[in-house]
Amino acid sequence: MQAGQLSDAMKRGAIWGFIVLELIFFSVAGQYLSLSDSAFMDLDNMLLLLKQSAPIGIIAMGMTIVMVNGNIDLSVGATFAIAAIVLLNSMTWPIFAGLGDWVIPVAWLLALAVGTLLGALNGLIVWKTGVDAFIVTLGAMLGYRGIVFMFNGENPTSHLNWTLVDLAEAEFLGLATASWFLLGVTLAVWFLMTKTVHGRNAYAIGDNREAAVNAGIRVGPHMLINFAIIGFLAALSAVVFYSESGSVNPNDGQLYELWVITAVVLGGTKITGGAGSVIGTFGGVIAIQLLRKGLGHIGADTSTVNLVIGLILIAVLFLDRQLNVRGKEELKV
Amino acid sequence: MTDPKPVLHLDNIVKTFPGVRALDGVSFSVMPGEVHALMGENGAGKSTLMKVLGGIHKPDEGDIYVDERKVTMSGPLEAKAKGIVFIHQELSLAEELSVAENIYLGELPRKSFGRVDWTRLAEQTNAILKKLNVRFDAATRVGDLSIANQQMVEIARALTVDAKAVIFDEPTASLTDAEKVVLFDVIADLKADGVGIIYISHRMEEIFKITDRISILRDGQYQGTVNTAETNEESVTQMMIGRKLDLSRKATNHDLGDLALEVRGLSCGKLYRDISFQVRRGEVVGFYGLVGAGRTEIAETLFGLRDPSAGQILLAGQEVRIHSPADAIARGISLVPEDRKGQGLVLGMNCRDNMTLPQVDDLKAGPFMAEGAEIAIFDQYRDRLDIRTPGWKQKVGNLSGGNQQKIVIGKWLSMHPTVLIVDEPTRGIDVGSKSEIHKLLRELAAQGYAVMVISSEMPEVLHVSDRIVAMYSGRIMRTFTSDEVTEDSLIQAISGLGDSHAA
Repeated sequence: MQAGQLSDAMKRGAIWGFIVLELIFFSVAGQYLSLSDSAFMDLDNMLLLLKQSAPIGIIAMGMTIVMVNGNIDLSVGATFAIAAIVLLNSMTWPIFAGLGDWVIPVAWLLALAVGTLLGALNGLIVWKTGVDAFIVTLGAMLGYRGIVFMFNGENPTSHLNWTLVDLAEAEFLGLATASWFLLGVTLAVWFLMTKTVHGRNAYAIGDNREAAVNAGIRVGPHMLINFAIIGFLAALSAVVFYSESGSVNPNDGQLYELWVITAVVLGGTKITGGAGSVIGTFGGVIAIQLLRKGLGHIGADTSTVNLVIGLILIAVLFLDRQLNVRGKEELKV
Repeated sequence: MTDPKPVLHLDNIVKTFPGVRALDGVSFSVMPGEVHALMGENGAGKSTLMKVLGGIHKPDEGDIYVDERKVTMSGPLEAKAKGIVFIHQELSLAEELSVAENIYLGELPRKSFGRVDWTRLAEQTNAILKKLNVRFDAATRVGDLSIANQQMVEIARALTVDAKAVIFDEPTASLTDAEKVVLFDVIADLKADGVGIIYISHRMEEIFKITDRISILRDGQYQGTVNTAETNEESVTQMMIGRKLDLSRKATNHDLGDLALEVRGLSCGKLYRDISFQVRRGEVVGFYGLVGAGRTEIAETLFGLRDPSAGQILLAGQEVRIHSPADAIARGISLVPEDRKGQGLVLGMNCRDNMTLPQVDDLKAGPFMAEGAEIAIFDQYRDRLDIRTPGWKQKVGNLSGGNQQKIVIGKWLSMHPTVLIVDEPTRGIDVGSKSEIHKLLRELAAQGYAVMVISSEMPEVLHVSDRIVAMYSGRIMRTFTSDEVTEDSLIQAISGLGDSHAA
């Protein structure tokens, strides 16, 4: 076995091991602590969990590419909220009044286009100004959120289209619409990252930007495309979620960027870029949702859940570091 | 006077890692006032031995004696306290801090309430700097110093303790010739003070210039210690690699082809001016000069990384404008950069992906990568260049320097360039692989590539080049053919002495 292969395998498997541990813990603890009669690992409960993972999960796939590419996007929560408003509000616009239910695809497309454009704008600024993505998207996070509040003040934006709600609440082969979108996006991004040149180049740029430039890869357009993708996915996530709920508060999507980054990092993507996988991110998303749900199942409140997830994030990264550092004589800090 | 006692003695050191016997019974001693070279190819165990000495690795067997007292080292701090000081190849300085703060980092003199005693700090530092005969003072910001002067700061740090042995690890790797002279003076001073010095380097000229004895490691085994005065490069090399090495000069032994690259009056601000030269197919043109002479900048211009301010670039007689590396690659120019790990390779990627990086887009089938075709390319160049790796899945970061360089060369050959620019082809590569790379460069010329080699090592330039362009301070001073060049005339040309000749 080659040096590094063992630890690589452990790292890749770690998130799934963690998920199994969570399942066992909550099943056992649930027997004693849960107020409900049903078991934690009940099929319906697990399917619900997958559905509830979708909003964060869909965005996390985009964050995986962006982070592997060596960037980060903090504006996804705000983009999510803007896309939601565009979706719900545009269905009430007079010019679309004659469309009947055909307004649905139009509203979807509009929301997705807006998300894609906002993402691309981030990418363009990062590319053309050379300012760090962290700073650019921090600015975008504040700015885009500002736009959300400008639109309707503190008031929610609501519109219920029952055809759309039916569509969003539909199930196909036992899986909810949102779950299908999550799985579809995961598969698509997995293909993008492992089978296409764009994906290969994203890894190369994130790992060693200068070497990528020297190999003739045009770094700027790649970053632009990746930011456009995450913008699109943030909008898709909003579209899927708000088709069902029908009402968006101006604060919706806040802290989503942090949940998404947490899931991606738990899934093994390096924060400095160059390494990471979509499958790992999927594991990270599920692990977080399990934790939220599991802690709820045994009676913990939201604040406890946040505390525990924060601690686990640090613990996991510490473990990961230990696995990586061993035998590499890294400097002690 | 009685026989001097060794300041440092390593006795039968054994260190094994899973699957490797990194050090297999290594013993050697350093006498006071001695410069002791430690030589060996990459992977011979030099670094491991130094890590054992510095307390970073614990030896499985064997003992370390300082001043004939057995010691165990638990870490670099303890080694330093015992008088064993390391000057690392990679400088570890805080650029934003002053020279004084760097030298006494972690040991700043204190006043009451934990305040730093700046007066005392400056005095102590300036006293040490005076000993080193340098031209900066305690208050200088380290980031403002040249690499050579930064190294002096590292050395000054070593002098704050009562050093018994100082270990220099490839100290001249990034120094100019003038700076080397200053370094060697400092080493001579240390030597005169009775300090034992271990000098690790690949550069034979230096070893023979400044060391008293040479100890040689090969594959973790101690090969012996020889007096420098009683040996020569050839036999040392033979001890290092266990076979003979061909270092003789080669004249062009094939016909030159068409003109591949011509540069006319190329200038780029203050970096270089009025550069004109030609490279034919089948020819290796060496570019020799001091660091900062403008050679790398010319290569970067030809590869589209810099825009020239004036002049023309002609490929096969046609004037071209090159705006980006992608442009250069499309026109058949390839650059093997100076900093292999920083600019040439994606270390976290595997061998195949690195090799096909510039053309993965051309290979794709529909939207997807053609991994089979990529593997075929990798296999082809692995065989052609004799790249030793367990397979294409191996991460490039795990390969030796020589094999990494071959991956970079293979990457460009697979693009079928006409002009291959190689910047410092053997920097940080061990002796055995070095000669393989040299041979490869000659072979590539024979196969019809136009090859430009930029090198700061005179033997290398002399060995591989058909013609040598000598540069000084952004200008071409003279172009030599391999028949007329002598070491003396070359040195004169690159030091700005003698007349300037148009190339």
